[in-house]
Amino acid sequence: MNAPATLPDSASRSPLRVFLGEFMESRVSVVAVIVLMLVILLAAAAPLITPQNPYDLASLVLSDARRPPGYVGSKGFSHWLGTDAQGRDLYSAILYGLRISLQVGLMAGAIAFSLGAALGTLAGFMGGRVETVIMRIIDLQLSFPAILLALVLAAMLGQGKWQLIAALVTAQYAYFARTAHGAATAERSKDYVEAALSTPLSLGRVAFRHVLPNCLPPLIVVATVQIANSIALEATLSFLGLGMPVSEPSLGMLIANGFQYMLSGRYWISIYPGVALIVLIVVINLVGDQIRDQLNPRLKR
Amino acid sequence: MLAFILQRLMQAFVVMMVISALVFTGVYAVGNPIDVLISPDVTQQIREQTIKAYGFDQPLWRQYLTFLQRLATGDFGRSFVYNMPVLSLILSRLPATLEITLAAVLGATFIGVPLGIYAGYAPDSFAAKFIMTVSVLGFSVPTFWIGLLLIFTFAVNLGVLPAGGRGDTVSVLGVEWSFLTLNGLTHMFLPSLNLALFKLSLMIRLSRAGTREIMLTDTVRFARASGQSEATILRQHVLRLIAIPLVTVFGLEFGSTLAFAVVTETIFSWPGVGKLIIDSISTLDRPVMVAYLMLVALLFIIINMTVDIAYVALDPRLRARKTDRKTDAKTA
Repeated sequence: MNAPATLPDSASRSPLRVFLGEFMESRVSVVAVIVLMLVILLAAAAPLITPQNPYDLASLVLSDARRPPGYVGSKGFSHWLGTDAQGRDLYSAILYGLRISLQVGLMAGAIAFSLGAALGTLAGFMGGRVETVIMRIIDLQLSFPAILLALVLAAMLGQGKWQLIAALVTAQYAYFARTAHGAATAERSKDYVEAALSTPLSLGRVAFRHVLPNCLPPLIVVATVQIANSIALEATLSFLGLGMPVSEPSLGMLIANGFQYMLSGRYWISIYPGVALIVLIVVINLVGDQIRDQLNPRLKR
Repeated sequence: MLAFILQRLMQAFVVMMVISALVFTGVYAVGNPIDVLISPDVTQQIREQTIKAYGFDQPLWRQYLTFLQRLATGDFGRSFVYNMPVLSLILSRLPATLEITLAAVLGATFIGVPLGIYAGYAPDSFAAKFIMTVSVLGFSVPTFWIGLLLIFTFAVNLGVLPAGGRGDTVSVLGVEWSFLTLNGLTHMFLPSLNLALFKLSLMIRLSRAGTREIMLTDTVRFARASGQSEATILRQHVLRLIAIPLVTVFGLEFGSTLAFAVVTETIFSWPGVGKLIIDSISTLDRPVMVAYLMLVALLFIIINMTVDIAYVALDPRLRARKTDRKTDAKTA
């Protein structure tokens, strides 16, 4: 039997407040959050603040191709970050690329989260044969590297945003499922679950309304890691030519297209999209690291 | 114990069958290989003959059965593009991949573990923060991007290291190796470094997390009380306690590095199996895709099975649980 825990001093404050207070203590994380907000804002407002729609092939001028940063193109505006091999303004292409990265990363993360959490909670809560079958499949999948799985799926499904998201979800839901399963198994044996089950509440309601919320902290940690991972994976697949279609270049494809020109010194086509990608991934990871440290009970002060 | 091993072997066999079916149907859903095999302007007659010769007119399940039949004799089929047996094609590319994979995993372990222990031992020091920042970068920056930066820095700007290829090789027992020549080593350096950075970050993080937790335990407190020096404590107690998870990860990572090699080999045009699979995806070389995926699946199943069996053999608690579960099943 668990002895009732002594209430900490901060019990009067809401858990969210305490969490935010601890978060603000880390200066790096605060900066990371601000940068992340800024990137999201820039990506969301991309059509309003860019001089060119990089997906509109008709607006691209070939004579403007591969120009260095600062070049004033035939349309009269200057390309602050230069242009790529098709004459795309890189500043515009990068902001649109960030949009794709964020969309794909968040969508894949959210779907994988829901699917994995549902499967994992179900397995941990039901036990028995359901658990065995679900967890066997998931263990099998986890033993296989995610990047290979995504690679093969992307090759099979073809190019496009939704195909890409499907490939990423398949490659990543298992991580959520395993985490949810572990947490749900631990919660299952606690007294409050027995108490809830002795009331006329349905099994599903207890599983998803009572147990699942208590499994959220570890799932949130996995989510921050996996969103950054999906973004990196999307970029990698696009870099290998298996992600977004050529007409809608994501950051990975911009980098891939610039690769051949980099060897001849036209660094900007690859480097600037790359910098944008790195900033995005690193700030998500920094925020995620801080959340993980705060949610890890073993590191509690 | 023997029963357990047999049971796992049976399971592995069933899993391989399932994977072979999935891979076969999946890969055969991609594109039309006949366009790869013959040029589009041949006569209709030749076209039909080729389709018949390769069995593409058969229903999928029959093609799959034929594939399994051949597989039972160790025949993975012939590559459409290279026109040679797939198995010998893959085996001929394997040494190149093994070379950089081994160099990367070993390098990452021998550099990463000491750094990680230090970062966990003195988590508030400047050096520890620096190490962790580097590891966040290595962990989050995609491999392909680090590879590009390495090429940009060392091959384009400084011009000190080659940007791709294997360089000179020496033939040992009929296998070509790059690490035995100086020129080969210079070619190996950047791809291995590229592959290693992710592993390095992983090793740093794992050993830091392990060290941080163990430093707070009674083991360390008592060791300190007995007057042992800090260096001895780290070496004798901490390193030993974190070694078990590290060894496990080392084994598993060796497998997954093979998967990451796909990206690195593409960037550095390193002629290993990773480059082969990417090329075969873009040229729709189905037999190579199927064989590669099945071999990788087999590799991972063997690794996991070995880890499982080793755990049961080493850990008496797991053995006890296994028998518990059996008695549970009987009473149920």
